[in-house]
Amino acid sequence: MRSLYFLLEKEFKQMFRSKGLLRTLFIAPVIQLILMPMAANYSVKNISLAIVDHDHSSVSQKLISKVTASGHFQLVAYCNNNNEALELIEHDKADLILEIPNKFEQNLVRENVQKLNVQINAIEGVKAGLGGGYLASIIGDFNTEARIRTVQPAHIQQGAAISIMPVNWYNQFLNYYLFIVPGILVNLITGIGIMQAAFNLVKEKEIGTIEQINVTPIKKQYFILGKLLPFYALSIIIFTVGLLVSYVFYNVFPVGSFGTMYVSLFAYLFALLGFGLLLSTYSETQQQTMSLAFFFLNVLNMMSGLFTSIDSMPQWAKVVTGCFPVSHFIQTMRMIMLKGSTLSDVSFHLWAMVGIGIVFNGWAVLNYRKRS
Amino acid sequence: MEAVIKTEHLTKKFGTFVACSDLTFEVQKGEIFGFLGANGAGKTTAMRMLCGLSLPSSGQATIAGFDVYKQTEQIKKNIGYMSQKFSLYEDLTVAENIRFYAGIYGLSIRDIKDKTAELLDKLGMQAEAKKLVGQLPLGWKQKLAFSVSLAHSPKIVFLDEPTGGVDPVTRRQFWDLIYYAADAGVTVFVTTHYMDEAEYCNRVSIMVDGVIEALDSPKNLKQQYEAKTMEDVFYKLARKAKRAEI
Repeated sequence: MRSLYFLLEKEFKQMFRSKGLLRTLFIAPVIQLILMPMAANYSVKNISLAIVDHDHSSVSQKLISKVTASGHFQLVAYCNNNNEALELIEHDKADLILEIPNKFEQNLVRENVQKLNVQINAIEGVKAGLGGGYLASIIGDFNTEARIRTVQPAHIQQGAAISIMPVNWYNQFLNYYLFIVPGILVNLITGIGIMQAAFNLVKEKEIGTIEQINVTPIKKQYFILGKLLPFYALSIIIFTVGLLVSYVFYNVFPVGSFGTMYVSLFAYLFALLGFGLLLSTYSETQQQTMSLAFFFLNVLNMMSGLFTSIDSMPQWAKVVTGCFPVSHFIQTMRMIMLKGSTLSDVSFHLWAMVGIGIVFNGWAVLNYRKRS
Repeated sequence: MEAVIKTEHLTKKFGTFVACSDLTFEVQKGEIFGFLGANGAGKTTAMRMLCGLSLPSSGQATIAGFDVYKQTEQIKKNIGYMSQKFSLYEDLTVAENIRFYAGIYGLSIRDIKDKTAELLDKLGMQAEAKKLVGQLPLGWKQKLAFSVSLAHSPKIVFLDEPTGGVDPVTRRQFWDLIYYAADAGVTVFVTTHYMDEAEYCNRVSIMVDGVIEALDSPKNLKQQYEAKTMEDVFYKLARKAKRAEI
């Protein structure tokens, strides 16, 4: 136990002595946490719209003003024919074309039927899907209003449609930041935790000091603990700074308790740092660690459920995701942040993280050998 | 005399490559034992086995009475080691390095203080106590590393090319430290490429291609091989080497 004290003393001295590293470790995640949520935004606002109006009637004007007033679209051109509009799509100047046919008003009133032509540039799938969806719902609204005005009052009862009144639980106004900010914070902690834990040990391998450590009678579990504990402390501080930034910049404040959150964080760090350590026991140089960590971080982040829903992943991917701690912690964080979940609500994820942590740490201790 | 290092048929193989073959020798307490050989002869591998860093493939060895297979942790308490690569922390100061290593060997805070003062005094480095080790010249670093490896008063100290790249004056000072330690009863097991240093040893073994070809005092070896200096002895033996560097 005494040797652990001297190890920790040494690690902290070294940590505080590398001022550049310490600065990077604090400033970089803060900047990322401030900028990334604004950039990584799903709600689509500036969809470029080209309109081809063959009708030039008051109804077509009303439709156009309703579409442009929605705030989702930016009217980039008013074209005379469809070819002109298609050219805009080809040059990437328009994302959507709304073509209003000739005699639009006339047919709508007399024959009660009219078709509109919508063409979508589907290169960016999400934008196209959402843009098409927004436009369809606006036209749907317009359609209902048009019926009310043009059709005899007696017919309204017959034509009454089912109206949907959605209620958004836990995030009433679908504030995107509530969803993405905790996720990005977890991602940042993940990157820092894995990298630092892995690099620290490999650095000693590279400069050769590990050899000197290995001829001392220090027990390897103490040595490993001495390596990990400073990064627990560091990660907890960075996480706390991250929470503060989330509150100040995005007004994201947990509904649940901080106690639950930090207990979960501890379980997560146990698994995460164990994983970093495991990587370091498999590499001899920092370059090798870098390649390994890069590969795993990519997989972890992509499959963590940060950007895509885990529920819609194929079964094998769900299993893989479940074996890594990141997805568990992102879900836990969102549950605590948005729902106010308690320890017993998140107990499944908590135990999963602890279990994964035992496997990773145990594996790392077994694989770290003082003797070759 | 009591033997503190005893090996019998100690062998290390890496796959089909035999790095050390059938090493059998004894080193007495307080002896300065020179372990010579060309690059790739297997010196470092042999030393790593004796320190408990590398598991032997076959054969027996005891260090300070402890078995290299089963009692490596006891061995580690009783030995000091200074590797070919400089292995103090360059981002810690001289005093911090001494404190750290003395601390993990279990010295009390009080003993650490006394030891630090004693070491700095012996090395004449009081003024450098608060300097980062990375800023010291190589010769000083090596002397410091040697002293740190002795901080926990081991019975045996293993030195792997401790004076590589060090100027002749500092090398001389380094050997003064070695003599000083040997006089205090510490057994010194040292590898070197400098033949003048081989002359300073009580006994010398010369390894060629993983095998100990000669083992005796420098004086006897020179007689036996009809050579004037240890350098000539080394040439006569090492020329037989067939193995390339590893």
